[in-house]
Amino acid sequence: MSNAFSSSLEFIFPFKIEKRPSDSKLMSYLSPLIAILFTLISGAFLFLSLGVDPSTALYTFFIMPLTDVYGWTELGIKVAPLLLCATGLTLCFKAKIWNIGAEGQFIMGALGGGAMALQFLESDSSWVLIPILIAGMLSGLAWAGLAALLKTHFKANEILTTIMLNYIALNALLYFVHGPLKDPNGFNFPQSALFSDSSLLPLLSADYRLNISLLFGLFALVVIWALMSRSWIGYQINVLGEDSAAARYAGFKEKTLTWFALLTCGALAGLAGVSEVTGPVGQLIPHVSPGYGYAAIIVVFLGRMQPVGILLASMLLALTYMGGEMVQMEMTLPKSLTGLFQGMLLFFLLATDLLISYRIIRIKKSNVPSDNAITVSQG
Amino acid sequence: MDIELITNILYATIRTGTPLILIALGEMVCEKSGVLNLGQEGMMLMGAVVGFMAAVTTGNLYLAVLAAVVAGILMSALFGFISISLVSNQVATGLALTIFGGGLSAFLGASYVGMGIDGVQPMFIPLLSDIPVIGKILFQQDPLVYLSFALFGLVYWVFKCTRVGLNIRAVGENPEAANAMGINVHAVRYMCVIFGGAMTGLAGGYLSLAYTPLWSEGMTAGKGWIALSLVVFASWKAERIMLGAYLFGAASIMHLILQGTRFEIAPNLLAMLPYVATILVLVFLSSNHAKTKLNTPMSLGVPYRPQL
Amino acid sequence: MKFVKTLLAASAMMAAISGCSDSGTEEAVTASPAITKDSVKVGFVYVSPTGDAGWTHSHDQARKYVEAQLGDKVETTYVESVPEGADAERVIRNMASNGHDLIFTTSFGYMNPTLKVAARFPDVKFEHASGYKQAENVGSYFSRPYQGRYLSGLIAGKTTKTNVIGYVAAFPIPEVVRGINAFTKGVREVNPNAEVKVVWVSTWFDPAKEREAAETLILQNADVLTQHTDSAAVIQTAEAKGVHAIGYHSDMSEYGQKAHLTSVVHNWGPLYLEKVKSVINGTWKKDNLWIGIAEGATDLAPLNDSIPADVKALVAEKKAAIKAGSFHVFNGPVKDQSGAVKVAEGATMSDGDLQGFNWYVEGVSGTLPKS
Repeated sequence: MSNAFSSSLEFIFPFKIEKRPSDSKLMSYLSPLIAILFTLISGAFLFLSLGVDPSTALYTFFIMPLTDVYGWTELGIKVAPLLLCATGLTLCFKAKIWNIGAEGQFIMGALGGGAMALQFLESDSSWVLIPILIAGMLSGLAWAGLAALLKTHFKANEILTTIMLNYIALNALLYFVHGPLKDPNGFNFPQSALFSDSSLLPLLSADYRLNISLLFGLFALVVIWALMSRSWIGYQINVLGEDSAAARYAGFKEKTLTWFALLTCGALAGLAGVSEVTGPVGQLIPHVSPGYGYAAIIVVFLGRMQPVGILLASMLLALTYMGGEMVQMEMTLPKSLTGLFQGMLLFFLLATDLLISYRIIRIKKSNVPSDNAITVSQG
Repeated sequence: MDIELITNILYATIRTGTPLILIALGEMVCEKSGVLNLGQEGMMLMGAVVGFMAAVTTGNLYLAVLAAVVAGILMSALFGFISISLVSNQVATGLALTIFGGGLSAFLGASYVGMGIDGVQPMFIPLLSDIPVIGKILFQQDPLVYLSFALFGLVYWVFKCTRVGLNIRAVGENPEAANAMGINVHAVRYMCVIFGGAMTGLAGGYLSLAYTPLWSEGMTAGKGWIALSLVVFASWKAERIMLGAYLFGAASIMHLILQGTRFEIAPNLLAMLPYVATILVLVFLSSNHAKTKLNTPMSLGVPYRPQL
Repeated sequence: MKFVKTLLAASAMMAAISGCSDSGTEEAVTASPAITKDSVKVGFVYVSPTGDAGWTHSHDQARKYVEAQLGDKVETTYVESVPEGADAERVIRNMASNGHDLIFTTSFGYMNPTLKVAARFPDVKFEHASGYKQAENVGSYFSRPYQGRYLSGLIAGKTTKTNVIGYVAAFPIPEVVRGINAFTKGVREVNPNAEVKVVWVSTWFDPAKEREAAETLILQNADVLTQHTDSAAVIQTAEAKGVHAIGYHSDMSEYGQKAHLTSVVHNWGPLYLEKVKSVINGTWKKDNLWIGIAEGATDLAPLNDSIPADVKALVAEKKAAIKAGSFHVFNGPVKDQSGAVKVAEGATMSDGDLQGFNWYVEGVSGTLPKS
């Protein structure tokens, strides 16, 4: 008697998918590696088709950006926002709250924090950074709070509301940068005045752009991981995600947990946003994010919602951005490769993830009729 | 405002709304079967680029439209394979599709940027197009617009009157029960996903072959997301999708017209309007619990794994 | 297993770091300003794809021109679609530390990143387009497409029968407003009854939106259109609706043979060639260049045959006058929409005022948006 179900795969390959008694730990570590491997192989074919030597191209894409200290520090300032957003998203996704709004929360954090920074243009006290960062976190938190409100009070699907809120946030930033927050001495160009030096995040080294936001990210990672694995609220969130009916039976307050997860995620994404504008950018501009909120979603899945995984996945994804620039500069390859690699990576990962909960077994010819009979009745 | 101006505005509205209708109808069918496909932008861009490339290479617009549809089908089939057969997370898979489609379309279309073609021309329906006002608005459009009318009719009819529509809804509401009734859940979902892909590919082709006959990276500029919100705005009903799409189209045209008059609103604030409107609708709909239950497919976004 | 994974990652990191031999900055140090070089490496940073018919395309054309003119003496590289923001600085810095002698950063939003990188790499020269800050090793440059706009306005004013001319514009920044005003001045000079209607699309590039804007203008009776956006959608729309249009950035005639009257085009080739040569000769110095028709940086695409001979003659005459310096587009009197004289007769608007242009001249209908 098999615990298998006939799926559409059967039409294509003579295999069946069989649920494992419990998730395979081995596969949960191997699957990202397999996905990366497949991505590299596909990349190699891609480069071959472009008439380019695959090993040079892969080297230029994945290794070359990291061959000097500058490269590593640049990786660091890209890892920071990804890490902050991904950490927050993990909290939501573990509870099966599909917050796609990290991008909007990031933008609002940048906007709110930036607006605060513009109040301190004349100041040279280093304490100003505190209200600025708090303003950023609160803005992101409030934005996520909107989504939480819509979910808990109006039962609106958070996937859809958060996507809408992303676009609203983007337009809000554009509105302010073109209007009320525009630099009065900036010849009417759509950007704010440059923030004062004391409003900028302290650098970790004077030669590079790497600032303390990386520390924020690492700290957040540790805190959230501890929360998820050691605390009561973390436990409730895990159960809520695994089996919401069981959570309700146990008396866990779904609404409170929803608010908690979304607000925390919003605050972290907001922190990432304000760190970006008080960090490498130094002012408010129309496009503060190259899609960190969305890339963070990939990071969460790639990192299997585990702290070390998320850290490594952030680094890998940050690397793909930098690699894309490298191959353009060194080999005149097109920019579109970045999106291709990121998309392929995620696809392969999602595909290999199947192997964690299921295993693939060959169909023996003689069993086919009876297997079908069994599955139909199991339906 | 004279009648001529109004006629012209409505004419333009229909054209502007057409890509939205196509995508939204396709995604509606997909979502009714319980699958949430967030990959619209990627599929649409692939449809646009493949259609354009086919038009440039073959010079045959029919083939080009067909190519666009096929591109959409292939992309959605990839999505379907991973999210249905491989039981993956639909949200992540859809996002992957968006990113991948964006990158692949830019990659394929790189050498086609800057080229022009003779796009799809308006096709006047004899007799009907001579009717004052309505004739201009409805019957002096191009063939793809007429196709969108026909597809609306098809989708509407399928869900109103056919067994197929019932099956799709059953799968979307309660896949376990549907399976027990003998419906092949995976097959139905595949069919719906692929239909969605075909429609989105067609919408992309419409953009690059009829609306603005050119190819440029990212030329869809977010229409996919508006269409997604449109499906919700329309509470998964085909006739409301038509209405909503034309409303969104009219709003964006009216905004352009109202510039410089005393009804002026800052463009960025106005650009938020479709999204704010959708949230308001979501709120309104969702707060009426009975109504929501009837409309949102219950299993939306949940991969189907039979209980063992 | 987790430990093994971490170990693998750590080893990879160590391998990468140990594989790093030099930081790359040495190459920048070898460039010495006073000595003639045999060959130079020139980098270009673009904000959009090179294949658009628009802004970036015009710069890339110039890059190719320089390559063709200088052959072995120059090696060029470029990175396209670099977002304005934190990433730009990295790209520019990578170029600077990668042996480039001269780097062109071709978008306003790269201004502050360019300055930051330039401070670290004093021996590398930078040229930034459309900005307003310079440094010891950073020069600014921009062209005067508004001169071309004026000339195209003459054509538009003479061509329109409805006396309504449409302008599809991206964002109300001075550069765009300047173009609108120059265009309108040209229109009104030959046709005091015509008006210019502006529609703002809030994007540099969105073909569908540009098309809608064009159609809206046609609905409001415009029979000549022009644009300050990046795609060819406006020309296409004009062709489809049987009206005329004037393109921007590059010759857009292939998108509308009948509709296309001309385009205001950029020609960065001569400037870029001069700058690269100056680096080769060791004579580069920082500058704040604003060059136009006289220097060949701005021009009109070939005029459509359907334009009457007298109009062509007028355009040629005015163009020659601009080139000679005897005529300035914003010569007084220049009135604003209320009729007030902002530039007196006999005076000319200063470059500073032009740079911060934020009001409409007479003849533009509607109000300039504040945001």
